[in-house]
Amino acid sequence: MNLFYHVGRYSQLMYRTFSFPQRWNMFFKQTWKEIEKLGADSLAITLIISLFIGGIMTMQTQMNTENPLLPSYTTGLVTRDTLLLEFCSSILCLILAGKVGSNIASEIGSMRITEQIDAMDIMGINSANYIILPKIVGFVLFVPFLVVYSMFCGLIGGYCISLFTNLITPSTYIYGIQYWFIPWYVYYSIIKALVFAFVISSVSSYYGYYVEGGALDVGKASTNAVVNSSVLILLFNLLLTKLLLS
Amino acid sequence: MIQLNDVRKSFEQGEVLKGINTVFNTGKTSLIIGQSGSGKTVLLKCIVGLLDPDGGDILYDGRSLSGMNKSERSILRREMGMLFQGAALFDSMSLLENVMFPLRMFSPMCESDQIKRAKYCLDRVELRNSYDLYPAEVSGGMQKRAAIARAISMNPKYLFCDEPNSGLDPLTSIRIDELITDITKEFKMTTVINTHDMNSVVTMGEKILFIYQGDKAWEGDREELFRSDNEKLNEFVFATKALQKKTATQTL
Repeated sequence: MNLFYHVGRYSQLMYRTFSFPQRWNMFFKQTWKEIEKLGADSLAITLIISLFIGGIMTMQTQMNTENPLLPSYTTGLVTRDTLLLEFCSSILCLILAGKVGSNIASEIGSMRITEQIDAMDIMGINSANYIILPKIVGFVLFVPFLVVYSMFCGLIGGYCISLFTNLITPSTYIYGIQYWFIPWYVYYSIIKALVFAFVISSVSSYYGYYVEGGALDVGKASTNAVVNSSVLILLFNLLLTKLLLS
Repeated sequence: MIQLNDVRKSFEQGEVLKGINTVFNTGKTSLIIGQSGSGKTVLLKCIVGLLDPDGGDILYDGRSLSGMNKSERSILRREMGMLFQGAALFDSMSLLENVMFPLRMFSPMCESDQIKRAKYCLDRVELRNSYDLYPAEVSGGMQKRAAIARAISMNPKYLFCDEPNSGLDPLTSIRIDELITDITKEFKMTTVINTHDMNSVVTMGEKILFIYQGDKAWEGDREELFRSDNEKLNEFVFATKALQKKTATQTL
């Protein structure tokens, strides 16, 4: 019953959110701000995580693959495909669910408990549309850049390992990441990330928008937003993998 | 003029409003008073449309709130200004931007006229040198004044204030009360204030509605307030030591 209650309330909120903005210029201005806050501000964490994961993946693959029948370029190939298929969409979005999700839920939750949302409603403004739509649009628009950026950084991380260690030569690594490249994997990763970005921004907005109480409840809403977004990302990952790759 | 006809509201824990009937006149400052938990905030939320009453009707100059569709409500809300207990200013905007916000959303004015109007409203509440400050950088009293400026920026017909003096020192409270009274006269608004500050009641109460356990227990003006023999009202009004003294002196 509780699940139906949340699904129903979430659908109502999304119905209110996806209406035409009352002022387009305000909407574009807000969306630009959200792109900066939710997207551009995530570039640093994406760089650090992708660089290290790419490097670690190259090291792990090389150190744990001892079968002489496997060609030496396998390490590059495995690193590339793991990054493209799972890390740069699913794992990155799970990490972003923590950063972006908690940011959205706590910001909207604070606005709720300090009556800023009520103030908008009193003015005759569709508060859901004004606050939530720019966040969803901004984050969904920016996520493809984050995914491609993460792919690039991850591959650079692996390349650094080949440069600074004796595990694999740079030329073998480069050959490996070029070998049997399937462009569809990039699109697949972007499609998944678009769905995950919508899940993160809308679910977190939902938990923030309906906060009742005080600061403690904003914290709880923030935690719920991250946990539920993460679970939904995993579910959609399974579904989308089945739909897009099989 | 705002007319309340048999307004009822219940929650899971029981009936909070038990059929309120009253009229708030234009150009007057009307106060809703009562103890905490008596239902005055719920009543104010019903009046402004943040809560839908279970029964009865609220008429804004003859226009029924319950009979309005979404767009009609939206238009009516542009005629309302509200001052919240905690000011409810937008943290991410400066005071000037806060006052400009309703103008940006609804007014056909150009940017320079919007700035002019917002500055006029801020000047009116004596915040001339604080245009670019953010809500976190100013005092509680200044936040309340900025919220009043925002509330009047669209020239509203109706002004609602929820506990305008809560958390303020007595002198700042008096300034806020005077400001609300002056603005009500100046803009010929229908002002409804939800308060339990007896100082405000004594100085502003052109019409006072006393709510007791969700019911209208008494109504009148500030002169009638001290002559009333309503037991519950007297218990509430004379709970303040200063007022007990004042009344005793007047009797002597």
